[in-house]
Amino acid sequence: MKKVLFYIFLSLAAVAFLYPFLWMIIASLSPENQIGNLTFIPTSLSFESYTEMLSKIPIARALFNSTFVALCITFGVLVFGSMVGYALARLEFKGRNLIFFIIIFTMTLPFQITLIPQYILMVKFQWVDTYWALIVPYLMNSLAIIMFRQYFKTLPQDIIDAARIDGCGDFEIIFRILWPNSIPALVTIGIITFMASWNEVLWPLIVIRNEHLMTLPQLVTLFAVGGAAETQLGVKLAAATLLALPIVLAYLFFQKYFIQSMASTGIKE
Amino acid sequence: MTKKKLVPYLLVSPYLIYFLVFIAFPVIFSIVLTFNSWNIISPMKYNGLNNYIRLFHDQFFLQSLVNTLIFLVIHIPLQIIVAMLLALALNQKVKFLGFFRAAFFLPVIVSGVVVTIIWQQLYGFDTGLFNRILTTIGLGRVGWLIDPAWAMPSIAIMATWKNVGLYVILFLVGLQTVPNHYYEAADLEGANKFQKFFKITLPMINPTIFMVVILSTIGGFSLFIEPYIMTGGGPLNSTLSAVLYIYKQGFFFYNMGYSATLGLFFALLILSVIMIQKKFIEKE
Repeated sequence: MKKVLFYIFLSLAAVAFLYPFLWMIIASLSPENQIGNLTFIPTSLSFESYTEMLSKIPIARALFNSTFVALCITFGVLVFGSMVGYALARLEFKGRNLIFFIIIFTMTLPFQITLIPQYILMVKFQWVDTYWALIVPYLMNSLAIIMFRQYFKTLPQDIIDAARIDGCGDFEIIFRILWPNSIPALVTIGIITFMASWNEVLWPLIVIRNEHLMTLPQLVTLFAVGGAAETQLGVKLAAATLLALPIVLAYLFFQKYFIQSMASTGIKE
Repeated sequence: MTKKKLVPYLLVSPYLIYFLVFIAFPVIFSIVLTFNSWNIISPMKYNGLNNYIRLFHDQFFLQSLVNTLIFLVIHIPLQIIVAMLLALALNQKVKFLGFFRAAFFLPVIVSGVVVTIIWQQLYGFDTGLFNRILTTIGLGRVGWLIDPAWAMPSIAIMATWKNVGLYVILFLVGLQTVPNHYYEAADLEGANKFQKFFKITLPMINPTIFMVVILSTIGGFSLFIEPYIMTGGGPLNSTLSAVLYIYKQGFFFYNMGYSATLGLFFALLILSVIMIQKKFIEKE
């Protein structure tokens, strides 16, 4: 009996976390006048909200923008992060501790202090309304550097020595010797970076005003708060579904990696 | 030989450039900005301590501080209690553990924009799910997002729902590090379940609780998209958050100097709050 109650409690909790998403998908697939029904199965299927969404906002372009930006950032963070992480973990040089200290310092620096000056920087670079503004400030990530450093420290010195005897330079050592031996670190850092970039919305709202350069969460946000969506809940929910879908699909396949990645860093959003 | 000596610097140079351009310069420039008034278009004007004087007489600034405090006072305990309950439940020998864990974690990975759009509907006054449940069991409707007394607590509840999955996982990891023989020893002494929880479990996972408190505090001060979409900071500025106010001063009114002053002040506040929390928890 106690067991049964226990599982009922857990199942109710699971429903509380899953149902809102389920409702969103169902409502986005229902005709506008049936969205108010809080059911589990749509009484009649309708793609009206989706076709309406496509005609109202450049959502396909936003999907491309978000994907492009997130891929560039993830690639940059992996490449630069492993370069710096390798130098800090494996090479001796003057100023190493100072650089390590600076990285830890930037990690604890609240973003509220740099938000306005970074925007002004974008204005001065004339990067407002360009991909540069969305990508360049995110190419380097202190947390990623620290994680690469930690991981590279655990790899045996033998593989590096062997590569040196074969005449490998440091870049070859990083990308041809260490990378194939660091898949867990690459996956973890890749997932966190891609997700953070995909979900970022404050920065795009600040530096992008051209509708065709907007990222998906930005476009959906402006659509949701703007007058255009006021009467059409279905379109708003269709846009939200599209925004959630890529990450949720990735989560279904790589669930374990997602949870491990996030738990290993303790970061959120 | 010299080439070899240069390699480390070559490797870290992207970071140094990034640090100088995107961290060091902005931090210094933000301090310069706090002594100036500037709308980006016309030239910057020195105005002494005016931004600071304004800050201490600004009722909106005070309101955003109070709002953040309300958020934290509700969000932090709620988050710890719910995460702990779910983690303790999952720490039993549970069937379908993977499913439950994945379900609790789902909102963590989904964009805050999506979560906010969904909860805006759940909180709806006439047709929202919560008010439907309340009226069905014979209670009155609550103005979740339209009553100034409820709006911030509503956002705090939603934020808990969104983030709690991460803390369930962190607590679960923490619980599994408690050595089993501690409990066995307690059993021999005849300790009951609650004694075991408060005397063994809680002290052992104290570092995790500390992490939850810190991350939630940073989260509270970073609150932006939720009030931006749900309420625009209203009703009656009851959900005006720190970042939303910085954003409004910067990008609605183009007061770069004053906006930077707010940013600097909130950043220092976050760092000091975290220090105090750290001291307090280390003492415990």
